[in-house]
Amino acid sequence: MADKEERKIVIPGETIVSGDEYLPGEGTEKNGQDIIALKYGLAEEQNKLIKLIPLSGKFSPRRGNVVIGKVEELTFNGWVIDIGTPERAFLSLMEVPRFVNKDALEEVMAVGDIAVLKIWSINKRGIDLSLKARGLGKIGEGLIVEVNPNKVPRIIGKEGSMIKLIKDETGCNITVGQNGLVWIKGEKVEDELLAKKAILFIEENSFVSGLTEEVTQWFGKNNGKGNTAEDKE
Amino acid sequence: MTEFKRPDGRKIDATRPMKAKVGIVKNADGSALFQFGGTIAIAAVYGPKEMHPRNKRNPAKGTLRCTYNMNSFSVSDRIRPGPSRRSTEISKVTEWSLEPIVMLGDYAGQVVDVHIQIIQADASTRCAGINAAAMALAQAGIPMTDLVSSISIGKLDKQLVVDVDKAEEDWEDGEGATDIALSFVHNNEKLSHIQLDGYITAEQLKEAVELGKQATKKVYELQKEALKNPGKEVSA
Repeated sequence: MADKEERKIVIPGETIVSGDEYLPGEGTEKNGQDIIALKYGLAEEQNKLIKLIPLSGKFSPRRGNVVIGKVEELTFNGWVIDIGTPERAFLSLMEVPRFVNKDALEEVMAVGDIAVLKIWSINKRGIDLSLKARGLGKIGEGLIVEVNPNKVPRIIGKEGSMIKLIKDETGCNITVGQNGLVWIKGEKVEDELLAKKAILFIEENSFVSGLTEEVTQWFGKNNGKGNTAEDKE
Repeated sequence: MTEFKRPDGRKIDATRPMKAKVGIVKNADGSALFQFGGTIAIAAVYGPKEMHPRNKRNPAKGTLRCTYNMNSFSVSDRIRPGPSRRSTEISKVTEWSLEPIVMLGDYAGQVVDVHIQIIQADASTRCAGINAAAMALAQAGIPMTDLVSSISIGKLDKQLVVDVDKAEEDWEDGEGATDIALSFVHNNEKLSHIQLDGYITAEQLKEAVELGKQATKKVYELQKEALKNPGKEVSA
């Protein structure tokens, strides 16, 4: 593990490294001298800190996450929204930045509507969502792509480099929810489909190092040509 | 002792050819296949998700719920589909054998569902099921302290053998057959599950446990290899 770039798959209970100088990070535990994995995933070392990046599993919500969810139910004071967590996610009337008629909640959002939301707090009763920030709100049109929530950091890239690349190449507006739903909105359907293919390509090749370059090359191959192939299908 | 011959000609400490594969059920959060010769088990993990029925919720920690099912076509005499006394027992035993390794403290009021399907049976099905379930749980991203590996030890007349198949389970010579299912937690080598069907002396049981401990190491290596190569079938 001397090489910082090197990542390896570890299984629960496996000793990742041993030595007093290492510190256990997320998903790991220290037992004597050994750093032990507590989850299945990729082990990564940064300044003697061992971190574990999960490869699979459900979305684990954090405060401040931007997510995309579907309205499941209307209650007298808000909406119950499915964001792919086992806990119940709730959007209160108070967290909508405009006047809402309490007798006509469906005018704002009805069952089945999809919205971009922010996780405002997490407590024992469940998750509280908010619409009070820029870029949040009900989704009108566009394309929703579902990916593995654990691959979301790859799609965004380092400081948003990957998502910026896709935006520039396709001219689409893309919102990535931390729960693995991606909203693509472009001028033309072809652009949206290209962006979708790019995202699925990243999800499939998330192991590759230097992925941003790989995706640039992929765009070189698929841009323009990809559209005609799509037409033939 | 040296002249002892097993029906299929294996050595006394040899398992049947084993195969393992992770990620075979697309819809599941985690899934795995484990095979001991003619015994094939598939495990699929769903969750953590909200526990239904609500009265079964545990507000202190998450629940592990296993369902073992033998398919009606898995044996030559069709077995009646649906839950039976035997499958309910094995479900519960599987749950208990996996409980020491899963850490469900953060999932209060939720459940992790493990479905085990036996699609082909040639004895030792519960062991294959536990092995598959441990791999599937790991792949589902459930926090775990370790893996569990399981093996069956048989006593045919007076001879201890590893990994019993159907012909050996029905052994009738001498003292007959005793079937011992054992599951070990890998790192601390502790037993998480033991079942015994038949007669055995205390000394020989100790010997059987020791034999099982050695044999599960091979099982563990295979589970590890399968998890490190998701989507690929590995065999030993």
